[in-house]
Amino acid sequence: MKQSLAFAKWVKKSFLKNSKQTFLSIILLCLISIVLEKLLYWLFLNSVWLGDANACREASGACLSFIREKFVFILFGLYPREILWRPILAMILFLTLLFYSLKFERWNKSLVVVWLFNMGTCTWLMYGAPSDKWGGLPLTLILSSVGIFISYPLGILLALGRRSSLPIIRVFCVCYIELIRGVPLISVLFMASVLFPLFLPEGMIIPKLLRAQVAIILFAAAYMAEVVRGGLAAVEKGQIEAAQSLGLNYYQSMRFIVLPQALKYVIAPTINTAIGMFKDTSLVAIIALFDLSLTTKTALKDPDWLGFSVEAYLFASIIYFIFCFSMGRYSLALEKKFVENKA
Amino acid sequence: MIKMQNVSKWFDDFQVLKNINFSVNSGEKIVICGPSGSGKSTLIRCLNALEEHQQGSLEVDGLLLTNNLKNQQKIKQTVGMVFQQFNLFPHLTVLENLTLSPLVVKKNSKVEAETKAIELLERVKIADQASKYPAQLSGGQQQRVAIARSLCMNPKLMLFDEPTSALDPEMVKEVLDVMITLAAEGMTMICVTHEMNFAKEVADRIIFMDEGKIIEDSSPDIFFTNPKEERTKEFLSQIL
Repeated sequence: MKQSLAFAKWVKKSFLKNSKQTFLSIILLCLISIVLEKLLYWLFLNSVWLGDANACREASGACLSFIREKFVFILFGLYPREILWRPILAMILFLTLLFYSLKFERWNKSLVVVWLFNMGTCTWLMYGAPSDKWGGLPLTLILSSVGIFISYPLGILLALGRRSSLPIIRVFCVCYIELIRGVPLISVLFMASVLFPLFLPEGMIIPKLLRAQVAIILFAAAYMAEVVRGGLAAVEKGQIEAAQSLGLNYYQSMRFIVLPQALKYVIAPTINTAIGMFKDTSLVAIIALFDLSLTTKTALKDPDWLGFSVEAYLFASIIYFIFCFSMGRYSLALEKKFVENKA
Repeated sequence: MIKMQNVSKWFDDFQVLKNINFSVNSGEKIVICGPSGSGKSTLIRCLNALEEHQQGSLEVDGLLLTNNLKNQQKIKQTVGMVFQQFNLFPHLTVLENLTLSPLVVKKNSKVEAETKAIELLERVKIADQASKYPAQLSGGQQQRVAIARSLCMNPKLMLFDEPTSALDPEMVKEVLDVMITLAAEGMTMICVTHEMNFAKEVADRIIFMDEGKIIEDSSPDIFFTNPKEERTKEFLSQIL
């Protein structure tokens, strides 16, 4: 009884405070229920789970049997079916360790060793098939996670370089950042896949995946650099002076005083950039790397199953959403932790 | 301890220090005062290479301060500095603020660094706050931590750049008390401050600066009762 009373109070306070708010609440509630009703019919009541393509075409709801038929291809691309356990195991290893590493307190030297070992194992697992057969979610995860984790320190170096007192370093970093930010990722990827091999000595072959990966890293580093620069600018000048007056050299004052503060100031924009990168990896489709977006697109081209793009893209979107949303939540958790720390 | 000969410094076109000649013996306590913009902060910031002087020679503890990074590093380790804005490291606890540079620069062991830090925190009467973050302390407490932090490196010379100017009035005394104790223990000190009572009590010499020049350099007795220069009298009449 008491609880329901509290609930009624909460409803009144949150939705029915005054006539204007009540009006808005009702309108929004109507809109939400209309959308939910449609979704309910489309996704559940009228959908086809088991029938073939013809059954799907006759029904008015979603064709979930298309997803059932194609999800292995969408998730893993051209990876040989008989050894699918390899990418699956690799993803499980990677995601488990990632999940374990979310807690800041667990970061130490032995974790780095575990990570290196883990990455080695994942690479070995994936190389059950040559890299041009890799595809789907594992490929997207590789491109984005390697991209994010290498571009971050690279971005930090570029940001520090941009503030360097040595003109050569400063000019180089400024030029690099501005040049990369000034061109679209697609053109960088295109150069990496088409132009770059022309400059290699004859007989030398660098796999396309590696070229694309390097392109993504170099591209993302410029954006990370600008994010980090914002954080560096927010650290008071007195901090460096205090560090110097205590005898710390440049490296030590950056490592122990400036960067720990600067990077914490920009947690939100850093993760924002990382989320952007995660989704931007879908552009590798342009150079025919079978990442999650291209496997989705390709699945749609099966002549037996034409015309179910809504279902396919919804499926892919849900996967993208899960990862991006998790990153967003992690960013909030990190921020909260560091704000509490300083009281 | 310090020998400055014909030291000059410019910020762009503006000359902040004009032919400064100045020396300090070991164990001496010097108070520098003067109107704002007179170059007093810049003068002491030159002493630990936070600012670069462009002319003249500057010797600290027998080492010539030049572009030689090794000498600069050694000088920074012999000179401690306390800032107007405290400049404690906000992401580290009080104890970590104190142990950082002994650990990182001197490569002391953790036990050694922490023992020394606690001992210094006790000296500035703040050991009970060791595990707090700077933002949780009052201004006076923060400044005392800052003093203890400089002392962790066993400096031979302490520079104070208006250490009480950013403090609420009721907290000035606790910081000055720490400085007085430090002076009594024989530390060589150079303080830029407007606390004239502190100057009277502690200083061996008071230096008055104006427009980048040292106008007056005399003992407190003479400085307050019978200054040589007209400009000094004017300044004293304004602040006393």
